[in-house]
Amino acid sequence: MAAQLRVLRRRIRSVKSTGKITKAQELIATSRIAKAQERVAAAQPYAHAITGVLTALASGANIEHPLLTPRERVRRAGVLVVTSDRGMCGGYNANVIRTAEQLIARLRSDGIEPVLYVIGRKGVTYYRFRNRDIAESWTGFSEQPAFDDAREAGQTLIDAFNAGADDTDGGFGPDGLPGIDELYAVYTHLASMVSQVPTVTRVAPMEIEETDKPSTGIPPAYEFEPDAASLLDSLLPKYINTRIYAALLDSAASESAARRAAMKAASDNANDIARTLTREMNAARQAAITQEISEIVGGVDALAASGSEE
Amino acid sequence: MADPLHVELVAVEQKVWTGEAKMLIARTTEGELGVLPGHAPLLGELADPGTVRIQRDGEEELVYTVNGGFLSVTGRGVTVLAETVELGEPAEAGAH
Repeated sequence: MAAQLRVLRRRIRSVKSTGKITKAQELIATSRIAKAQERVAAAQPYAHAITGVLTALASGANIEHPLLTPRERVRRAGVLVVTSDRGMCGGYNANVIRTAEQLIARLRSDGIEPVLYVIGRKGVTYYRFRNRDIAESWTGFSEQPAFDDAREAGQTLIDAFNAGADDTDGGFGPDGLPGIDELYAVYTHLASMVSQVPTVTRVAPMEIEETDKPSTGIPPAYEFEPDAASLLDSLLPKYINTRIYAALLDSAASESAARRAAMKAASDNANDIARTLTREMNAARQAAITQEISEIVGGVDALAASGSEE
Repeated sequence: MADPLHVELVAVEQKVWTGEAKMLIARTTEGELGVLPGHAPLLGELADPGTVRIQRDGEEELVYTVNGGFLSVTGRGVTVLAETVELGEPAEAGAH
């Protein structure tokens, strides 16, 4: 009996300390969601402004740019998967990876070879464990992405996209570099605190997302400095970086929301288990006491019985 | 004199400064440029790194160093977009 009590006490202690860890994680995640959402909001003005500028450029000039024109023959497509660096966030990574796998399967069935680009340690581990080739990966910033991280990834992806322009069926074209003809991003959109939706968007060749409100009146005739074509050359990569940055921020907010939900479930579960175990322990203690008493009573009765015989 | 010039200075990670100004001076890849209220619509790429000066009525001039910046002048005002924005002159120009 005493042995059973000791075991139960040990289990309660371990469950409670696990509960403390998950509770702390839950609180951290809660405060990070707010921060991540602030960062999403802070990045909005720039996104709006650059969209406005590009729309103005598009309406003011006849634009033709490799980043805007779909390629006739798509051979390889880049897939950028945004995952988290740490676990303890429920189905967050599993959902993104499943969506990415569906996209990859679809590309394969269209005869397009997918090329993997992965952000976040969990995604890297997933694909490395399955011996899949990763063209490039970036880790260490999934919870608090900075624009520099997005720019670094964006630069690599744009280079790959440009390198794909001269690829032929047999090889990699005159530059000898394996390139991509399309680029997709798979990230998690924070639809609400309790719902994070894995999302696929095509980053390149891109359509410029028009602002919702239709422009009133005649669009102003812009002067360009330097000319429209070179402006476009320098603006479009920045626009792609902004899109990637927005995806990273959205994913970071989703990651914290997912982690908060998972850690809340874990804390609640730990509390439940601790309560059940405490009941069991009390019952065991009571049983031990009852047994002891009945042993004493039994002993007294036996003594009394033996004493009366003399 | 027309209304004051509405200026927005926006970096990727946050909005840096918004307000009314007398004049905005920036350097595009083509050359130095001053924007007064009522300027014709213009899109320009700023020098990298470049300086943006915002002259205000009765207040001190604001000087920012921008990297990877663009300038957009519309009927509503001026928007400066930049990858990074720092208060002050660029390092090498600050010596004088």
